[in-house]
Amino acid sequence: MREYDTIIIGGGPAGLAAAVEIYNEGVTDILILERDIQLGGILQQCIHNGFGLHEFKEELTGPEYAQRFIDKVEELKIPYKINTMVLDITKEKEIHIMNSEDGYQILKAKTIVLAMGCRERTAGAISLPGTRPVGIITAGTAQYYLNMKGYLVGKKVFILGSGDIGLIMARRMTLEGATVLGVAEILPYSGGLTRNIVQCLHDFDIPLYLSHTVAKVKGKDRVEGLTLMEVDENRKPIKGTEQEFEVDALLLSVGLIPDNELSESADIDIHRRTNGPIVNEKMETNVEGIFACGNVLHVHDLVDFVSAESRRAGRGVVRYLNGEKTLSKGVETVNGQGVSYVVPQKLHVDQIEGKFAEVFLRTTDVYHDAKIVIKLDGKEIKTFKRPHLAPAEMEHLKINKELIDIDYGQLSVEVVEKEAN
Amino acid sequence: MLDVIVIGTGISGSFVARELAKFDLNVMVLEKNNDISNETTMANSAIIHSGYDPVPGTNKAKYNVEGSRMYEQVCKELECEYKRVGSLTVAVDDEQVQTLYELEKRSVINDVPVSILTRDEALAMEPNLADATKAVLLAESAAIIYPWEVAIALMENAMDNGVTLKLNQEVIGIKKLDSGYKVITTNESFEAKLVINCAGVFADKIHNMIAKKTFEITPRRGQYFVLDTTVGNLVNHVIFPCPSTKGKGVLVTPTTHGNLLVGPTSEVIADKNGIQTTMDGLQYVREHANTIVKNIPYHKVIRSFAGLRPSSDLHDFIIEEAKDAKGFIDVAGIESPGLASAPAIAKEVIRLVKSRIELVNKVKFNPNRKAYTTFAHLNLEEKKEIIKKDKMYGQIICRCETVTEGEIVDCIRRNAGATTIKGVKKRVRPGMGRCQGGFCEPLVVEILARELGIDPMEVKYDSVGSNIFVEETKFNQEQIKELKAKGE
Ligand SMILES: Cc1cc2nc3c(=O)[nH]c(=O)nc-3n(C[C@H](O)[C@H](O)[C@H](O)COP(=O)(O)OP(=O)(O)OC[C@H]3O[C@@H](n4cnc5c(N)ncnc54)[C@H](O)[C@@H]3O)c2cc1C
Ligand SMILES: Cc1cc2nc3c(=O)[nH]c(=O)nc-3n(C[C@H](O)[C@H](O)[C@H](O)COP(=O)(O)OP(=O)(O)OC[C@H]3O[C@@H](n4cnc5c(N)ncnc54)[C@H](O)[C@@H]3O)c2cc1C
Repeated sequence: MREYDTIIIGGGPAGLAAAVEIYNEGVTDILILERDIQLGGILQQCIHNGFGLHEFKEELTGPEYAQRFIDKVEELKIPYKINTMVLDITKEKEIHIMNSEDGYQILKAKTIVLAMGCRERTAGAISLPGTRPVGIITAGTAQYYLNMKGYLVGKKVFILGSGDIGLIMARRMTLEGATVLGVAEILPYSGGLTRNIVQCLHDFDIPLYLSHTVAKVKGKDRVEGLTLMEVDENRKPIKGTEQEFEVDALLLSVGLIPDNELSESADIDIHRRTNGPIVNEKMETNVEGIFACGNVLHVHDLVDFVSAESRRAGRGVVRYLNGEKTLSKGVETVNGQGVSYVVPQKLHVDQIEGKFAEVFLRTTDVYHDAKIVIKLDGKEIKTFKRPHLAPAEMEHLKINKELIDIDYGQLSVEVVEKEAN
Repeated sequence: MLDVIVIGTGISGSFVARELAKFDLNVMVLEKNNDISNETTMANSAIIHSGYDPVPGTNKAKYNVEGSRMYEQVCKELECEYKRVGSLTVAVDDEQVQTLYELEKRSVINDVPVSILTRDEALAMEPNLADATKAVLLAESAAIIYPWEVAIALMENAMDNGVTLKLNQEVIGIKKLDSGYKVITTNESFEAKLVINCAGVFADKIHNMIAKKTFEITPRRGQYFVLDTTVGNLVNHVIFPCPSTKGKGVLVTPTTHGNLLVGPTSEVIADKNGIQTTMDGLQYVREHANTIVKNIPYHKVIRSFAGLRPSSDLHDFIIEEAKDAKGFIDVAGIESPGLASAPAIAKEVIRLVKSRIELVNKVKFNPNRKAYTTFAHLNLEEKKEIIKKDKMYGQIICRCETVTEGEIVDCIRRNAGATTIKGVKKRVRPGMGRCQGGFCEPLVVEILARELGIDPMEVKYDSVGSNIFVEETKFNQEQIKELKAKGE
């Protein structure tokens, strides 16, 4: 059986950036597999502005951002298959694929890059109470219908969850002539980026109900209304706070989940908090030669970081193919007080490119005037001051790798809020 | 004039229709919804109870025991899922252990073999039983099915054998004719010698249209969680709590498709359409399920739903001709174990029909119906083969459940075929998985529009009036105008 040097699963920004980097580093026997009818991933339906400020120093729409990478792939003649579903992968790096042209095939590769992105949490997953009529739809699916197909799923809309897609859809549907009555968030703070709250809600006078949830959906054939209720600190609805809304659609923006069913079939360890593979500084998983990047690894808020992370995975692939071996045992990164997760979960200092170890993290809560403290086996080695931290905004830290002067141990990351006085 | 009109396409109406199809009769089935089995048969525990526990001498006991013995054969003929997983009824204190012994006595009268296992024996079979488990009662003959699959297959087979199905026909009145009845629906009327009332929670309303009130049906709601297939093997038997006066209680069971089902509640409600889930109800399910099974991973919930038991004030199945309306037969009060009993109930209906009209066997009756090709179940060679024959099997539409375009098109083109998103989902499962249609629904919309020859704006989720889209964007409308202008 012919063995590819590398096969990339998913042709979104993560897969594309990894492919281009691998090619530029000298490995050209690449195949990108994408199930959709085109490359570009979720960006193809994100027709709003705001992509590429870091990467290209200009504001692009999602499709424009994707196109820059697609053009590169075309220019370098990197092979790809679209309309092709990857059904299964094994730890021996066999990849089962299927499309209507070639039928069912099993491919083999020396390395694999997992770049399958994520999916949305659904009404079912949050056990939304009430009836289950048409018109309850995830914000991303509503976005697909509107931006890719030209159909509106409702004219009087409420949005549950303040994730970025929901916020963007609040504005988008308003611009298309729908009325958006409000956005409810069960937590006391928003799940989306501040800039989206301002540009998508405030600018359109759409109310954001923090610490509120939809306690009941009404309607037989189509959604007819809902009951909004305030919740207490345990997220339980408070009796007497009921507000009724008449709507014909309820959009859900209640979280994204990395799509890792394939990873699990190859015995890749999944992190309990990120729901993505556990990776090291090269974005390599516990299965040697299988790498992961983008939203399949952890949910990103900015695509620019996806591209950067995926290039690192790409270089990891090439280094692996060149026979580079990891000798150190590695330092484990752990989430301390106030931190929900840290990626990568493992750092082999001898393998880190350049001067800095780079880690991404999300906090568990909103913090003001806080410090992020890095400890190595309990000893403080570095602190970062942050005026504002929020779970919705991913933090990116660079730690001088000389500070991590051990081969084996724990590097913990925690948030310390300035003492109130 | 028709020979027989059947009202309702739940498991009861579907079994009756297919039994009638075995005779040279002119049979029509009327259903108010836009698809078969959208009510109680769509929302239940899906268990073919072994029949050891209904009170001996009741209709429930009689038909359950008979029906459960008939199921495997029917499912073979129709190529439907039937898995004899067995059931375990768990006792967690001494009083409940006593109840198990009482049940064992009942099982002897009902002639259904059971055995009582010790805690250790039980835990060896099911390590996730609650720590408090003291003893369990094993009924090996309990099975699970995919309820609406069976109903749809029955109706498809009935139609293949000449029965007519009419959807979106809500019966609103019945008139007595010189011989037979005139059944009036919201849009038409039909005449038949006999009428069989299989209208689920509405069976009392239908009965009262033509006969004196003799019973009343009150819905008793049951709410559930469905968990992802990755945790479907938490238990491998149907796990019941020890029954109490309040019914069978909250159970935990695998489904035929490898999901885990946890529920139901038992709430008497007034609204015959009251299939809402509630926060309190789902909380109740959680608390009670945890008393018999531990480690239920609720973060793997992919869906919650509710169904209504058609409970009658006579507390037993009513399968009889109305005293004051000859040729009008009630199949009413069909609460649990209604699924398990349905094949036997249908045989009883045939006996009642036979006392009114002559029955001649249909020579050409074909008892068999082919299952849809489930691509996911084929081996590698078969997969390659089928794609070679039909490219549509090479196109995956639903990732979570591995459903191809070929399967979807097949389920639309058949008798009793799907015409809605939910109809497709019920038959071949795109959207039943963890992403609940987020990825595949847009693709199914396109396939339905193409196969039915309708505009995407006309594609419905389920009922008439449940169109997926409410408006086309200006951009889209202009594009279409442009295309049309070019075409002309
Ligand atoms: C709706 C939305 C709005 C956003 N808004 C912004 C914004 O304003 N600014 C910003 O900077 N970032 C934004 N982001 C974030 C950013 O766009 C994402 O983080 C980025 O697209 C993730 O890239 P990815 O390649 O990991 O995933 P994706 O773009 O999801 O790509 C994954 C690809 O893998 C394919 N795939 C998956 N499984 C298989 C399989 N089994 N076989 C074959 N192919 C498969 C998928 O079809 C898809 O094309 C937004 C994200 C979303 C979802
Ligand atoms: C929570 C719960 C759990 C259960 N668990 C089990 C179990 O594990 N095992 C078991 O054996 N049984 C179980 N049952 C019982 C079983 O589900 C029912 O007995 C069975 O589904 C009833 O089927 P049916 O055909 O009689 O009614 P339905 O499925 O309700 O069908 C009635 C049909 O009649 C139609 N109809 C109504 N009115 C009109 C009208 N005016 N005009 C035209 N059409 C009309 C309806 O649309 C519907 O399609 C359970 C029930 C519930 C609610």
